[in-house]
Amino acid sequence: MNDLILSVHGLARSFNRRLVFKDLDFSVAAPGSLAITGKNGAGKSTLVKILAGIASPTKGRVTYTADGKAVDADALRERMGFVAPYLNLYEEFTAWENLAILGRIRTGTVPSAEQIGDTLRRVDLWQRRDDLVAGFSSGMKQRLKYAMAILDAPAILFLDEPTANLDADGIAIVETVVRDQQRHGILILATNDESEASWCRERIHLAGRGTDARP
Amino acid sequence: MRAVKILSVTLITLVLIGGIAIPLSPVPQSWFEFPVIPGLEDKARNILFHVPIAWTTVLAFLVSLWYGIRYLRTKDLAYDLRSVSSAGLGLMFCILATITGSLWAKFNWGSFWNWDPRETSIFVLLLIYGAYFALRSALGSDEVRARLSAVYAIIAGLTVPFFVFVLPRMVSGLHPGAKGDVEGSGPVVQFKMAPNMRVLFFAGLIGYSLLFVWLLNLRVRTAQLEERADGQSE
Amino acid sequence: MNALTQTAALVAKDVRSELRTRYALNALLMFVITSVATILFALREDPASPEVLGGMFWVVVFFSAMSGLSRIFVSEEEKGTALTLQLIARPTVVYFGKLLFNCGLTLILTTAITVLYVLIFPQFTVQSVPIFAATVVLGSLGFASAATIIAAIIAKANTRGTLYPVLSFPILIPLLMTVMKSTARALAGEPLVSALGELQVLVSYVLIMTGGSFLLFDYVWKD
Ligand SMILES: Nc1ncnc2c1ncn2[C@@H]1O[C@H](COP(=O)(O)OP(=O)(O)OP(=O)(O)O)[C@@H](O)[C@H]1O
Ligand SMILES: [Mg+2]
Repeated sequence: MNDLILSVHGLARSFNRRLVFKDLDFSVAAPGSLAITGKNGAGKSTLVKILAGIASPTKGRVTYTADGKAVDADALRERMGFVAPYLNLYEEFTAWENLAILGRIRTGTVPSAEQIGDTLRRVDLWQRRDDLVAGFSSGMKQRLKYAMAILDAPAILFLDEPTANLDADGIAIVETVVRDQQRHGILILATNDESEASWCRERIHLAGRGTDARP
Repeated sequence: MRAVKILSVTLITLVLIGGIAIPLSPVPQSWFEFPVIPGLEDKARNILFHVPIAWTTVLAFLVSLWYGIRYLRTKDLAYDLRSVSSAGLGLMFCILATITGSLWAKFNWGSFWNWDPRETSIFVLLLIYGAYFALRSALGSDEVRARLSAVYAIIAGLTVPFFVFVLPRMVSGLHPGAKGDVEGSGPVVQFKMAPNMRVLFFAGLIGYSLLFVWLLNLRVRTAQLEERADGQSE
Repeated sequence: MNALTQTAALVAKDVRSELRTRYALNALLMFVITSVATILFALREDPASPEVLGGMFWVVVFFSAMSGLSRIFVSEEEKGTALTLQLIARPTVVYFGKLLFNCGLTLILTTAITVLYVLIFPQFTVQSVPIFAATVVLGSLGFASAATIIAAIIAKANTRGTLYPVLSFPILIPLLMTVMKSTARALAGEPLVSALGELQVLVSYVLIMTGGSFLLFDYVWKD
């Protein structure tokens, strides 16, 4: 999946007839990164969900192309990573099992033990690999979400509130992930923290509470 | 809409007056007499009310389904409004059809309810309408409500062929046209109807259908006005 | 091919999760025992006819199914993993994975009820085993196919428990009427051909429900 390009045309989304954003047009090409900023409730999470295909826009469309050809949703799904507070992992499984099981659901092949082990070491959860996620602290859960997101070397990585619950070491891990990602693929980062936003090369700002869509 | 309104009122008035006032006679001599149907007698007049109402119930369900599908394709909430308004009217007609039907059943077949295939079908339709509104009230946002209730209506619609084609073969029925009916089979409309009665019957079908169209239009317009008023007051 | 292994992986995940948490299975089996016991109390004095017992069989299936089959989607929604699943698996994989899991659960359920019935009610004599077996298997698949899509719908609602039977019952009526009729035939010991009509209806019910759900699942699953 080389030269991945994400482009957005006339995107709009409303909830209960209330417009969150409208007429969004932008594109991001690999290698590259985009920060989405805005106040609480501006629609950052809504926008990244739509970009990742786990929510539908009210109007407009999101398209992905690689090597000049359109990429379908199923092919993209296998090469996508996403870390967000609303994306939970399975608490009844161990850290290792989460990666093995979810990795297999995502790609159809079981990730190798080496791959899982390396990823867990990267986020510093190797010692706790056989503990149930139910017993993890919130920062450890956040680290495991990173492990899941980078397990298959994603072509596009979405981060919503990237440093939530993380300590200084955790933030350092995020910074390396972010740096790696923008070197090889696309990084989309939603945040209202200025220093996090400055990690990205480009930026769009969602302007406050949407206007009313009613006539 | 004005034409629909006038035509509907005229036709229903015609059916009301004709259906109640035209005398019965064993051997009809002129156009203003109905033949006596043995076993039905004066009760036959209900066919001019019950059947058109039952027909409108089904029509309302189909219209609701149709707009539900339109919503899923366009995500335009205006279609959801039409869909739910139609379902509301359908529920009303469904209750009326059940009442007129069970009264008729009481006097003709001896009890209010016999689980004849058509009775079963209208009961299920009543349950579907009830479930549809229960679902709507349990869903948070407008878009989710519109989407999921449209899907539910379609899933419910998938069971319709069973009630139309299969159920009548499985359970013996009392309605004309059902299995084991001594008068012979065939749909209700063919049911030994004198030409003058048939004219009134079709006038009823059209009249009630137009009434439905008019009421639907009224409900949609009222809801749109309410929405606009809400929007302004905020 | 890929979709098949992904579906298998999803089913494996649900089975493993179920074995670890016993979210659905315990509730389901306890429900079976309680409702069969209730029937036993109600019929203590006079032994019921096979027809009544045959009808009650499906009543027990209905209510037990309503107590457990919605877990498959509701638990994902409650744990906050529904979006994760949406992110990593295509809708087709999710739908068929969940459907297969529910089919398995319903088959366990109907088997358990059959065993209990045969042990407890001497009047419940299945004269035609082929009809009964076909009815139970096809009926279970029918139950699972309708229950799965309704579960996906109610998982998004806020009064899930009560809503589930309310939404499912009208959809299940055709199935219930057919399985009751064909169970009666099995108990009366009719030859297999006489139940062919009902079995055909059951097969078409499963196909229509599965096909329709498959086409509509995207709309239910994705916000
Ligand atoms: N499921 C929903 N139902 C109704 N409204 C919603 C829903 N999800 C989001 N909204 C509305 O959409 C708007 C944008 O929400 P969103 O979560 O995208 O904001 P955000 O920019 O991510 O905010 P934050 O900085 O707090 O994370 C808000 O006004 C919110 O009320
Ligand atoms: Mg957010």
